[in-house]
Amino acid sequence: MIRTAMVGLGKMGLSHLAILRAHPQLDLVAGCDSTAYLTDILSKYSGLKCHADFDRMLEQEQLDAIVIATPSKLHAAMVEKALNRGLHVFCEKPFVLDVRDGERLVSLAESKGLVNQVGYHYRFVGAFKEAARIVKSGALGTVHHVRAEAYGPVVLRPKGGTWRSAKSEGGGALYDYACHAVDLVNFVAGPPASVGGVVRHGVFSQDVDDEVYCTLHYANGASGQLCVNWSDESFRKMSTKVSVWGTHGRITADRQECQIYLREPHAAVPGASKGWTIRYTTDLTEEVWFYLRGEEYSAQIDYFAQSIRERRTDGENTFRSALEADRVVSMIVGETAGMLTMPSAQPSRATLWSRLFK
Amino acid sequence: MTGGATNVMDRVLFGDNQFFGVNHMSEEKARAQAMRFQDLPAVLEVLDTAYQEGIRTFMCTTHDRVAEICDHFRANAAKYPDYQFYPCMPYAHKYANAVTEHGMIEALRLFLPEEGALRSMLKGGMALANKDIEAIMQLLIDAEMKMFHDLATPVVFMQNVITDLLLGLNMKACLRIFHDHVRQRYDAEPGFITMNVPRLLDVLDELGIDNPIVCANINKIGFRMCGGIALYEQTIATRRFRPVAMSVLASGAIAPREAIEYVCRQPKIESIVFGASSRGNIRQTKTLIDELTVTA
Repeated sequence: MIRTAMVGLGKMGLSHLAILRAHPQLDLVAGCDSTAYLTDILSKYSGLKCHADFDRMLEQEQLDAIVIATPSKLHAAMVEKALNRGLHVFCEKPFVLDVRDGERLVSLAESKGLVNQVGYHYRFVGAFKEAARIVKSGALGTVHHVRAEAYGPVVLRPKGGTWRSAKSEGGGALYDYACHAVDLVNFVAGPPASVGGVVRHGVFSQDVDDEVYCTLHYANGASGQLCVNWSDESFRKMSTKVSVWGTHGRITADRQECQIYLREPHAAVPGASKGWTIRYTTDLTEEVWFYLRGEEYSAQIDYFAQSIRERRTDGENTFRSALEADRVVSMIVGETAGMLTMPSAQPSRATLWSRLFK
Repeated sequence: MTGGATNVMDRVLFGDNQFFGVNHMSEEKARAQAMRFQDLPAVLEVLDTAYQEGIRTFMCTTHDRVAEICDHFRANAAKYPDYQFYPCMPYAHKYANAVTEHGMIEALRLFLPEEGALRSMLKGGMALANKDIEAIMQLLIDAEMKMFHDLATPVVFMQNVITDLLLGLNMKACLRIFHDHVRQRYDAEPGFITMNVPRLLDVLDELGIDNPIVCANINKIGFRMCGGIALYEQTIATRRFRPVAMSVLASGAIAPREAIEYVCRQPKIESIVFGASSRGNIRQTKTLIDELTVTA
């Protein structure tokens, strides 16, 4: 059994905790969160040993691995402490807020030969895996454009009291939402060399962005677009889509399906004729031992456990891979230093009126 | 609200995914359905069609919009003398989005009754003095059940995202609290929706919950049947519980006759829930189930 602890028992943390506890090869020996009411309930009703203090937990528990799902700004320090104690680390996304921290932690994990993984769960969604596989196979020919979109109903009014609305804590649609789309681009089409035309705009938030748009530039001349908006109530939940255009066809994938258009049949897409082929999640999804909210959440934890068993340190979603997403996020931030636009205090009608008659 | 805890469930139940933009195959189809059903008359028309085809049980989430459907059935009770609801609680995105926006405690507070000691305690930022999760759960259940007042709700389900979260977290007591409160307060039979049937049955056995109603994906291709199709078949054949099969068509991945044949071949499956939007599909599925159901 892999002796594992979990720190950060928020929404994502509780979901991880349930999956970890259900895993037959993981022994979840302790949880850690500073919120007393939560740890009290967990220890009373689920028998989980809980700590309020991360350092004390590391000192007191005999551990092999740790899962970190705290607010983003805490990741770097916690990952570093865990690695220094020789623990395999699974860290929620985004990996770190400062690329320099990320570089240091990549080296540290690799030099110690420890398993390191970040929770970009889309890489475990069947339809996205299939899209990445097809693009890599060359079936689409030379890729010239990629587009990743993520929409959802997170911030729908000008109020918000959680860390997600605080800039200094890694809140905002860029760190919390766009990073998924960025990682998906990296996964399916590879990381871009630079970004441009960045728009970061607060639709309702005063301190952080609610929508992020930018152009991606590849070294070979290919381009991409990133469109992210978490203030879209028309979506029931987060919805992410990636499309890739190549000289021989195109592909569009979301969580449910993979739509492929081939100008000519290709060996990498067996059974696909010229024209459209649709692959559904029912065909693309691999069974998991425990299901909660989506196979991908269980699959990534199982992958982490298998990596530890096999000492696989170069698998999917390594720190090194996640740092590529952080780099793109950092480029987006760099392009917009001091340019984050926020909602006007005036009603939009007056703004339009005054513009017309200026 | 009336119950009848030991009553046999109807063979065919009508589901509600199609009304709320849930489609496991295609986001485009889901959006088209959300557009079609954004006004209540379109929803009621389909429910009427299902009723005319002989389906009188609506198994639905506690989505805010279901309250409007409930209003209609209350106002027209004479038209649907035997109609009944199987509420499935909660509509989880309502909670999940609130937690993301407000944080866990504030979100919880929002869903508790406005007047009440627990809400005041949470408002005061106090840690729950006695950690009385039982009282909170009961209040949350009551809040979800409010929209069904004066309607028949003989079975009340816990949604799979909550069942499976509690299952994974090992918070078994919460399953028991739900079970007892549904029985005692609503004179109804509690049901559990899950994606992890064998594991859940182990826990319900341990809790002494006998012959529970368990709703799960049961389909020929083994889609979202954790533990595998062979274990599911064995579980259905040998363990004591009342299975309700959902996702029998695996979102359209299996042809209707083949799909229904498979489910009807499994012993002991008490009910089959499906959702559809057209009279043709409703009639086809209902007729197939009637035809392929082996009567003892």
